[in-house]
Amino acid sequence: MRWEIVIGLETHVQLSTDSKIFSGSSTRFGAAPNTQANLVDLALPGSLPVMNRGAVERAIRFGLAVNAHIAPRSIFARKNYFYPDLPKNYQISQYEIPVVQGGTVSFFVGEEERTINLTRAHLEEDAGKSMHDDFSLPNGASASGIDLNRAGTPLLEIVTEPEMRSAAEAVAYARKLHALVLWLGICDGNMQEGSFRIDANVSVRPEGQAEFGTRAEVKNVNSFRFLERAIQYEVRRQIELIEDGGTVVQETRLYDADRDETRSMRSKEDAHDYRYFPDPDLPPLIIGEDWIARVRAEMPELPDAQRARFETEYDLSAYDAAQITSDAAMSAYFETVARALPAGQAKLAANWIMGEVTASLNRDDLTVAAMPVQAPALAALINRIVDGTISNKIAREVFGAMWAGEAGGQPDAIIEARGLKQISDTGAIGAMIDEVLAANPAIVAEYRAGKQKAFNSLVGQIMKAARGKANPQQVNDLLKAKLDA
Amino acid sequence: MSTAPLHTQFDGIAALRDAVAARQVSAVELAQSALDAIAGAGDLNAFLHTDAELTLAQARAADAAIAAGTAGPLTGVPIAHKDVFVTRQWRTTAASKMLANYTSPFDATVVERLAAAGAVSLGKLNCDEFAMGSGNENSAFGAVRNPWDRLAVPGGSSGGSAAAVAARLVPASTGTDTGGSVRQPAALCGVSGIKPTYGTVSRFGMVAFGSSLDQAGPIAASSRDLLEILDVVSGFDERDATSIESCNGVANAPGRVRTDFNRAQTAFDAKSSRPLEGLRIGVPKEYFGAGLTPEVAAAVEAALAVYESLGAVRVAISLPRTELAIPAYYVIAPAEASSNLSRYDGVRYGHRTATYTDLADMTSRSRAEGLGPEVQRRMLIGAYVLSHGYYDAYYLQAQRLRRMIVDDFRSAFEQCDVIMGPVTPGVAKNIGENRDDPTADWLADVYTLGVSLAGLPAMSVPCGFGVAAHAKRPVGLQIIGNYFDEGRLLAVADRYQQVTDWHRQRPGA
Repeated sequence: MRWEIVIGLETHVQLSTDSKIFSGSSTRFGAAPNTQANLVDLALPGSLPVMNRGAVERAIRFGLAVNAHIAPRSIFARKNYFYPDLPKNYQISQYEIPVVQGGTVSFFVGEEERTINLTRAHLEEDAGKSMHDDFSLPNGASASGIDLNRAGTPLLEIVTEPEMRSAAEAVAYARKLHALVLWLGICDGNMQEGSFRIDANVSVRPEGQAEFGTRAEVKNVNSFRFLERAIQYEVRRQIELIEDGGTVVQETRLYDADRDETRSMRSKEDAHDYRYFPDPDLPPLIIGEDWIARVRAEMPELPDAQRARFETEYDLSAYDAAQITSDAAMSAYFETVARALPAGQAKLAANWIMGEVTASLNRDDLTVAAMPVQAPALAALINRIVDGTISNKIAREVFGAMWAGEAGGQPDAIIEARGLKQISDTGAIGAMIDEVLAANPAIVAEYRAGKQKAFNSLVGQIMKAARGKANPQQVNDLLKAKLDA
Repeated sequence: MSTAPLHTQFDGIAALRDAVAARQVSAVELAQSALDAIAGAGDLNAFLHTDAELTLAQARAADAAIAAGTAGPLTGVPIAHKDVFVTRQWRTTAASKMLANYTSPFDATVVERLAAAGAVSLGKLNCDEFAMGSGNENSAFGAVRNPWDRLAVPGGSSGGSAAAVAARLVPASTGTDTGGSVRQPAALCGVSGIKPTYGTVSRFGMVAFGSSLDQAGPIAASSRDLLEILDVVSGFDERDATSIESCNGVANAPGRVRTDFNRAQTAFDAKSSRPLEGLRIGVPKEYFGAGLTPEVAAAVEAALAVYESLGAVRVAISLPRTELAIPAYYVIAPAEASSNLSRYDGVRYGHRTATYTDLADMTSRSRAEGLGPEVQRRMLIGAYVLSHGYYDAYYLQAQRLRRMIVDDFRSAFEQCDVIMGPVTPGVAKNIGENRDDPTADWLADVYTLGVSLAGLPAMSVPCGFGVAAHAKRPVGLQIIGNYFDEGRLLAVADRYQQVTDWHRQRPGA
């Protein structure tokens, strides 16, 4: 039996407003418990919600970025259920008419580009936090502690159609969405702090079957790695269950990272009846064309548009363009470097950024903003490759020195100080080649017998003799010329 | 022979305020007079919380303001608040065991504005629990008695507010009207009350019952007195998202109602002996059907005759879905209430049960102990009509019906300027009567519910009494206006009160 995996993701994105969605309390993370919860957050008698326009603006920005329909009129609804971290015992959310409808997100899975349809994105308030350890009642019985600092934080819940077909694809979508909300400046993306929370709806069906299988919802996934593992585990679990003659139950399951498994949390059969109805305390959210136009005018160039532009303007491959535009700071860095190079050399800049630069950032755990090699300096270095002063290989050595701050980070000074200028003088190179050929008659014979590897071996020796500083292209050309003569 | 209490010796709130401002009487004297009257009227059970020290401190501050020349429009005027307005001073219980010991860290907007205007609070008034009821018998702290006839209910849910004014304990009180809870007790207690257009008075700090219906409204001895209070409390409030910024192009702000009132009065004055010449009074035939008792019908008809003598003309109109307002309201209001009252779970404030086994047990026991039977009844109805499988048939259908009722009024107001009729089918019933048939009370709301569903402004003014055994039980006339027309409504009511004296009558000793 061949199985098809069906995945839809729901992502709760905490919007980066200073205050909460329906109250003026601060949204800052990490404050002492219950110090950022005012009378509205505490649901005191007589308190009322008032909508935060900044949250709506961020939702509009998101909707424009994914080419969704922004609802001109959307409704806040009450989702009723009792839980102590939900002070009103209802959550203000959106039900039948959300603010953002439809939209698409494109991303790469490996080298292949995929586009996923979004169902909707809606605004809602976050609940507080319940902590079940370390609390007890005066009589010694165990208790739970409730911290309402988070209660009322604005969320944008983004729902995809169930169009993903593998864990890898789901993770690629999640990464793209994460990069997008960071790019747009609507969320800080801090998954450890709960700013970006992913739930995966996972089901399987026999290949070719049109009907969906029963899905389970996997929650409590706070990293991309765990998302992948959780989905993989869940898929295996469901397939094994069905193959053993069982049926998948529609339920919520929590991912346990320590054990790398999902466990049933509650069955959706005794799921809550949320008794949704339009919240009478909040008028319909009206978003006119002028508001949308204002938000659109203030938006940064979107990653997909920038990606397309980089492909044409800088002649980058789709993959390279996607890599570089996955981060706003990175793509700005790239563009500064590319514009400082002669025409047609942008690919070189792209390679450097995806290679040395990214590797160095990761190694030292730095962001682009904190990078020791500023864009003009990198451009200067690359220009020295372009003009033949140094080889690409030598340039990596120079880059390392620049990164470490040697000679004030100036490439020319480093090249000079270390004597790294490339040897491009055909006479000098020719002499080195002659020496190596004379010293390796056996290898020369192998080459003439048709062994291409022998050529590379000779090149290697020549570069060694030149201590890496010979212009590789010239070495290749001259060696070939001499051998074939 | 004892003289009337000091605070009752003035002909209305404006006169009282002027006397204080002119230092003919001090705020402290007035407050003490009111405190004494309240202490002597304990059998009415109109007040839940009083505190002489708090009141006198406010009175002293009022006198200081007078001395400093910083008096406001109501400085020194004694008032009291229905116990669903949260106050930092005095407890707020909503007449419920659930909040028996609750003190709010903030004041309701209505409370704030009256305090800022200089009014002196005498404390918090009894009401039906969480504003649910029409006889003030649903209070966890005992029923309120009608000052006119101690055997009778004062009406509800603002029973304490109406009784306190009827008994002249305070010249004005605040109430809330969700389905008639200002108009009906005003009518049954022989005083004046107004529910303004939905959205013109802030709900911030009002313990929520039916959010799309609740409106704060004053109760006082006359229409002119209502104006003094309403003009101060109404106005846009950014803390209430349903608060209206603009009323037909005019800013919703203090002063708007008075401006409209004055404009209407000027127009009436210009017509000297027949001041209401040209005023079309719509009389809905559905308000005079089988359910209306003869004694109420007679009093209301007499009032309409007075209006005709002032020059107004009666226009027969129809509000076809009048009776359907009952099921529509008793689906929508409980639905909203069931959600609004979910917060009373014993977690953060309010009553928490003493022993419990787990979280669900704690919540359900706390609520079972803290919430009274009528409240629980409405919680169950509300949850039911919103539940999966029933939402469309009940809640959605009720909202469609609501839209049709709005349309009925819109059509009616094309043919008339104001609508008049009874407030209630009968006079006040006896305390304890019919307690095992809750829906009987609901049916008696038939004339007030439609107005609430439509969000229109409406008043009640006293227009007579019952007959025979009910001779001491007042009857009220309901006057309904178009949106934002409260200023003119008050002027129309005032014209009636200029030529009648029902509103001047007081209960006997």
